[in-house]
Amino acid sequence: MAQQGDAMTIPADRRYSETHEWFLVEGEVVTIGLTQHAADELTDITFVELPDEGAEFGVGDAIGEIESVKATSELFTAVAGTVVEVNTALADHPELVNDDAYDEGWLLRLKVDSAASLGSLMKSKEYGNFIGSQ
Amino acid sequence: MPNTPKLQQQDFPILFELGSPGLCAVSLPKSDVPQTNLSDSVPGDLIAAEPPSLPEIGELDVVRHYKKLSRRCFSVDGNFYPLGSCTMKYNPRINERVAAMPALANLHPYQDERDVQGLLEMMHRLKQYLAQIAGLADVSLQPAAGAHGEMTGLMMINAYHRSNGEERKIVLTPDSAHGTNPASCTICGREAASVRSKADGRVDLDDLRSKVDDNTAALMITNPNTVGVFDEQIAEIADILHARGAQLYLDGANMNAILGKTRPGDFGVDVMHYNTHKTFSTPHGGGGPGAGPVAVAKHLTPFLPIPRVILKDDGTFGWESNEPQSIGKIRSFFGQTGVLVRAYAYIRALGHDGLRDVAECAVLSANYLAARLKELYDLPFPSPYAHEFILVPRAANHGATELDIAKRLIDHEIHPPTMSWPVAHCLMIEPTETESLDTLDHFVAAMTEIADELENDPDVVRSAPHTMPVRRLDEVEASRKPIVRWPAD
Repeated sequence: MAQQGDAMTIPADRRYSETHEWFLVEGEVVTIGLTQHAADELTDITFVELPDEGAEFGVGDAIGEIESVKATSELFTAVAGTVVEVNTALADHPELVNDDAYDEGWLLRLKVDSAASLGSLMKSKEYGNFIGSQ
Repeated sequence: MPNTPKLQQQDFPILFELGSPGLCAVSLPKSDVPQTNLSDSVPGDLIAAEPPSLPEIGELDVVRHYKKLSRRCFSVDGNFYPLGSCTMKYNPRINERVAAMPALANLHPYQDERDVQGLLEMMHRLKQYLAQIAGLADVSLQPAAGAHGEMTGLMMINAYHRSNGEERKIVLTPDSAHGTNPASCTICGREAASVRSKADGRVDLDDLRSKVDDNTAALMITNPNTVGVFDEQIAEIADILHARGAQLYLDGANMNAILGKTRPGDFGVDVMHYNTHKTFSTPHGGGGPGAGPVAVAKHLTPFLPIPRVILKDDGTFGWESNEPQSIGKIRSFFGQTGVLVRAYAYIRALGHDGLRDVAECAVLSANYLAARLKELYDLPFPSPYAHEFILVPRAANHGATELDIAKRLIDHEIHPPTMSWPVAHCLMIEPTETESLDTLDHFVAAMTEIADELENDPDVVRSAPHTMPVRRLDEVEASRKPIVRWPAD
């Protein structure tokens, strides 16, 4: 079992939503993924449905679905933008999200005009407390 | 564990691998009509070159094959089935006897109402019983399932608001709601919004107050709720809604716990549905047929579906469809009559006192199990419970999860409880009223042994089940690469 809630395992370079997505800002591109905690809770992930490149999303929009042997969950974005890249490796290897949620298991990249809406999201320590209190 | 596998563990061939040419399970009488050539009536390109390869098997081997398969089935008739939220109680055989009576079973929905007076009287009475149990004014028997009842109820709520010139958009559901509740809102063109629960499993009234406004169509609530807690604030909840013109919808999934003890109409409910398979012991039909009768308060009766079974002035029963405010017909014919007959038989067999006993025994059984297990597992919500309760494996379970415990229970010939919902890592246990003290004690013994194994030999739990024809299935492969044909290649 991963050490959930351990601040050491939650990267400090990104922001976290209450619906367990992470957002990594690099210039005008934001990479979105699912947290390791959420991946662990979902157990074995069997399918990830992601949008096409070029699709546009607003804050709070559902951007895809993630399916595990336990449940199907929607994925949400906390930032508005246009899809510039999706992680095509997940089509054949959805388990990458389980194995390495913060790196190889990334979901998609949005080109954004402004990442300001991410300012209200949790930092890694806050997210650690958040999942510890659940 | 015994060394030789039990009969139910042994693998055996499927039907298509059995038999040999010439064996046959039926002897057909000699045909007394003239034979014609197939090619005279079927175009040649539609006739297969060879006959299909069907198994040829004697009757006895067919019987043995299905008997073996049936021994692999978990069912309430064979095993304790504490599947929380589902109320897997015993379905008394009297229900089946009544439903199979030729005078009921052989009726046709197109028969003239003068020919089916008995059935109509039964439906009329069932409506009255269900209204009385709910403490509400009238009932529709049409909905064919609980979720269909939810839709019917929300359609009536929408029609009610419309009759007041309002188009209210939001339906609130507590965060412990059944998934069908928000789904029904969406189907009915409404938007679902969540109301928080407090740590004790009850609705957070402050959060509710902050969310109820003139755009609130209704709150859909299950009481007792899915964590097994009866929310005593329910009358206050009703007042908060009614003060803003919103309606209170009760998901009657857990009526089993309150039959004859309290009535939804008395605590402020405006509309509710029953799940007859949970409360009134009709079959859990593997997807159908079901019935989800809906009961409504007086002000909603104009909107009930049509046709409605009525007692006419001349003392006979018939159908009434001239109801201009009705939401219309929501099910072909008159609903799932065969199921409703069983619910009627159950209510008549038990009577008023018997139904109250159902609730008392269901609640007693759940609280007995909770009391016996509270030292071994964590119970996140405070007792007393209604008809079910939630327990969570202790953190120090050596990496064993709720799934492992559920799998280990199979070795004790107990059906796994509901898992991982509505609280992460939980087991939701609902013994129902039909289990004997011996059976409940068998469950306690099994859970005690598992708790001991978690402490001293967790691997045996993590690798369970050990006594079944299959062990842990590869759920990922089963989901991604299911083998759905035989032979597999």
